[in-house]
Amino acid sequence: MPSTLPDGEPVPSDGSLPPEALSTFGRRPFGVYVHVPFCATRCGYCDFNTYTPGELGGAASPDSWAEAARRELELAATVLGDGRPVDTVFVGGGTPSLLGADRLVEVLGWIRDTLGLAPDAEVTTEANPESTSPRFFETLRAGGYTRVSLGMQSAARHVLAVLDRQHSPGRAAASAREARAAGFEHVNLDLIYGTPGETDQDLLASLDTVVEAGVDHVSAYALIVEDGTALARRVRRGDLPAPDDDVLAARYELLDDTLGRAGFGWYEVSNWALTSAGPGARCRHNLGYWTGGDWWGVGPGAHSHVGGVRWWNVKHPARYAGLLTQGRTPAAGREVLAEADQLVERVLLELRVVNGLPVEVLAGSARAEAEAAASEGLLDPEALRSGRAVLTRRGRLLADGVVRRLVA
Amino acid sequence: MGASTLPPDRARKLALSTFADTTFTSPELIRNFCIIAHIDHGKSTLADRMLQLTGVVEDRAMRAQYLDRMDIERERGITIKAQNVRLPWRVDGQDHVLHLIDTPGHVDFTYEVSRSLAACEGAILLVDAAQGIEAQTLANLYLALEHDLTIIPVLNKIDLPAAEPEKYAAELAHIIGCEPSDVLKVSAKTGMGVGELLDEAVRQIPPPTGQTDSPARAMIFDSVYDTYRGVVTYIRVVDGRIMPRERIRMMSTGATHELLEVGIISPEPKPCPGLGVGEVGYLITGVKDVRQSKVGDTITLERKGAKEALGGYREPKPMVYAGLYPVDGSDYPELREALDKLQLNDAALTYEPETSAALGFGFRCGFLGLLHLEITRDRLEREAGLDLISTAPNVVYRVRLDDGTEQEVTNPSDWPTGKIAEIFEPITRCTVIAPNEFVGAIMELCQSRRGQLDGMDYLSESRVELRYTLPLAEIIYDFFDSLKSRTRGYASLDYEESGEQSSDLVKVDILLQGEPVDAFSAIVHKDGAYAYGTRMATKLRELIPRQQYEVPIQAAIGSRVIARETIRAIRKDVLAKCYGGDITRKRKLLEKQKEGKKRMKMVGRVEVPQEAFVAALSTEESSDKGKGKK
Ligand SMILES: Nc1nc2c(ncn2[C@@H]2O[C@H](COP(=O)(O)OP(=O)(O)OP(=O)(O)O)[C@@H](O)[C@H]2O)c(=O)[nH]1
Ligand SMILES: C[S@@+](CC[C@H](N)C(=O)[O-])C[C@H]1O[C@@H](n2cnc3c(N)ncnc32)[C@H](O)[C@@H]1O
Ligand code: SF4
Ligand SMILES: [Mg+2]
Repeated sequence: MPSTLPDGEPVPSDGSLPPEALSTFGRRPFGVYVHVPFCATRCGYCDFNTYTPGELGGAASPDSWAEAARRELELAATVLGDGRPVDTVFVGGGTPSLLGADRLVEVLGWIRDTLGLAPDAEVTTEANPESTSPRFFETLRAGGYTRVSLGMQSAARHVLAVLDRQHSPGRAAASAREARAAGFEHVNLDLIYGTPGETDQDLLASLDTVVEAGVDHVSAYALIVEDGTALARRVRRGDLPAPDDDVLAARYELLDDTLGRAGFGWYEVSNWALTSAGPGARCRHNLGYWTGGDWWGVGPGAHSHVGGVRWWNVKHPARYAGLLTQGRTPAAGREVLAEADQLVERVLLELRVVNGLPVEVLAGSARAEAEAAASEGLLDPEALRSGRAVLTRRGRLLADGVVRRLVA
Repeated sequence: MGASTLPPDRARKLALSTFADTTFTSPELIRNFCIIAHIDHGKSTLADRMLQLTGVVEDRAMRAQYLDRMDIERERGITIKAQNVRLPWRVDGQDHVLHLIDTPGHVDFTYEVSRSLAACEGAILLVDAAQGIEAQTLANLYLALEHDLTIIPVLNKIDLPAAEPEKYAAELAHIIGCEPSDVLKVSAKTGMGVGELLDEAVRQIPPPTGQTDSPARAMIFDSVYDTYRGVVTYIRVVDGRIMPRERIRMMSTGATHELLEVGIISPEPKPCPGLGVGEVGYLITGVKDVRQSKVGDTITLERKGAKEALGGYREPKPMVYAGLYPVDGSDYPELREALDKLQLNDAALTYEPETSAALGFGFRCGFLGLLHLEITRDRLEREAGLDLISTAPNVVYRVRLDDGTEQEVTNPSDWPTGKIAEIFEPITRCTVIAPNEFVGAIMELCQSRRGQLDGMDYLSESRVELRYTLPLAEIIYDFFDSLKSRTRGYASLDYEESGEQSSDLVKVDILLQGEPVDAFSAIVHKDGAYAYGTRMATKLRELIPRQQYEVPIQAAIGSRVIARETIRAIRKDVLAKCYGGDITRKRKLLEKQKEGKKRMKMVGRVEVPQEAFVAALSTEESSDKGKGKK
């Protein structure tokens, strides 16, 4: 079951933005996120806004979605004007690879036509290993995509089974190799750790597989038991044990050590990039989320941020398409962030990144807290001396607690 | 069973309803009685039928337990305050006036029964015909006998399929010393037998005696604060007359007041030209504080007043104490105000400011028992919109030190630190009534609570009355729950205080990271210290969230640690995923956590959520609860 949207204020039906938000547009990196809300089956742990054919029952289709997405891009161009071409594109889901490479290339073409694309743009798509092929990657690469992100989750068959994944243990790494062979320099593999039944050995084996696949990026997420999912029901019934925080912490350390030995460095709490590949290995699009960039989220349930205004689209693909057909914004609500909220978000987000947060944005009492946190081994004392709050590894594991102290 | 299951005919109703409207009724035509019983045996429901049968409340204005006027009574379905009402009744062609008092059945409110008895010549002893005699049946019967009242034994709920009127009539007859055939049988639900019962009340209960020509004397048996009218004082006139616009004198203090209004309750207050010998009613003087119109005091007239006061009552004395603290410290003034207001109507409630290192500013309050505590807390929370924490209830200890000085301790935090010579704790005489198959289980329980068996009697072949002396401290906590669960709900309990005994008691402190948390300290028997210590330590380990550092929890007697637990340091506190869509959600979550942090109490460096205090101090979840119930 997809998670719910926040409460917010209504959005004008033409999707227009307050002038204050627009006035600074162009000064920050600008990304486009495209949400593809389709999956062949639903994984038991997933609460993303995505639908299987059975759940949709004909109420929406990839075709109606594509038509609506095109209209939303046109709306975006009207609302934003031509202040800045797109720096990064990220097509996510759901399962974008279900659309096929030609459709994905077509979508990128619409972005180029409506908003414009910077010459050095980073263009990523997510893909599920089982719905890819060498042809798929070749078409994407030729069509302008520069990066792919593959949902591997684990190399252990029994872990994939608990996660309801459709692909075989070796398939994700094979996909990654196919992508590289097709000319993709930047390939990411997603891992989930701490799945019930996973052992340290299983995680080490997954990491070996990732390193051997020759990718330049790894995202590793502790399994979250989201409310309303099949996984949550199994845990509640006692069929599966809930992931244990101490085990998750130990796995994180194991992961960070192992990736470190293989030449990967963390640049966000759950993201590592191959150091030798240079800064280009880090996902610029995602960095935009964490460092106050602007982005327009296209598609059902997609979230956007421009100049201190956050908004989000209606969730259901049929409603989404319906609104756009009527020439109205698909936005369900928005919030205009007060200055205090913006500061809280800055702390919340920038602290997660390896460059950390400049301490001058903090109030005096929060700076004292930062000093205390450094003396407790949560923040890097050296970085703090040079004016930045940067998490240590222990600090990364306790990051939410540090944030609470810095915003109190 | 006769015709009285039918409503009385209109003519009779009309004739009757006017007779009681005028006061100064001749004493021979007055009958004053109360209904006493074990909790839930149907007193208030019986009163309902009497209100209807006498025509005082019309059928369409009727509602169940009419005299339970407080919201909290209606919600919980129990009577807390005694209520009186004046009714007309005709027997053998002669009109009479009845003053009926409905009383509460719960042991915490026994003092309400005592005061009511003092205003009566007779008592209807009501017994549920499906349950038989229970502990408070006996307790209330003995109280009534002490007041020399005429007792009318009545079995109620004979409409129930499970009723065993013959069996319980024999039980009642045996206890009272009458014939089983003397026991009346009614159904307060259907009204069956209620008319006969009223007839019998008129025949059996003696009329009040008093001197019409003597100086006026009236006994205050209740005193209630009303927002609109000030203090309303309920009296029973013994001698002379009480008339409005006269000046009266409170005999204990000598204070005088002008009588603004005198009236009767039938069933709502109605002003009247005055009250004569034997009559029950209310008066209003304009005083604003119930303490100026004290229950048990005698009222006389200022001019030509009586010289000798009537016998008073013992003031209700708090049996258990607990600290009440606002969850939000800034609500302290509101709590004080709410307590002031509540006390206007509750002479049994006492309170005094106190401070706790852990909980901040609050009040140490004295209660008649746990139900009284619970109800008081409930009312404070609802009527004043407060969120409260109550500390574990404790009794009053008398501690003698080696240097010969003595101290009374109502709060474990005030436990003396000097060398203790001897400690005295209050003890109670308890009565437990249950089917005889449970005797073993009950004895086991009482033994484990340091009980002394004083005696045992068979009420009938299958039901037993056990008498125990038990420390009050052992029964205020979860004793009743344990008793109920061990007897599948069949046992009933009554207790009364019976002095004190010297005991081997110790104070157990609970420490978080070496810091004692005053709110968790308890006085327990030496043999129970370890159990208390481990129970609290385990509970707290579950309730206190993990912190950045390891937090040791210790239970200690003085400097001797008797139990320990550890809350391991938290290792992971970060959400793995965080991108586009999660940002708003995450900020909102953070704001919620910030709010939550405000509700944390710092104990040294340890953050303890309010909920942990509430849960650790609650009597709920005692291991016995629910067990054994079907
Ligand atoms: N079947 C049946 N139920 C009755 C009868 N009398 C009372 N009850 C029920 O017994 C329950 C308790 O009745 P109350 O009148 O509140 O009892 P009470 O003795 O006033 O209770 P306290 O004031 O709390 O001590 C209620 O659910 C009544 O409906 C009766 O004659 N027959
Ligand atoms: C946006 S999702 C969808 C990508 C793609 N459909 C797939 O499953 O490969 C991206 C990643 O989030 C992670 N993820 C999704 N749900 C999660 C959960 N409940 N706990 C931890 N990680 C999760 C998975 O690693 C997943 O690959
Ligand atoms: S394939 Fe990806 S988006 Fe689809 S259900 Fe599974 S995890 Fe969720
Ligand atoms: Mg009642």
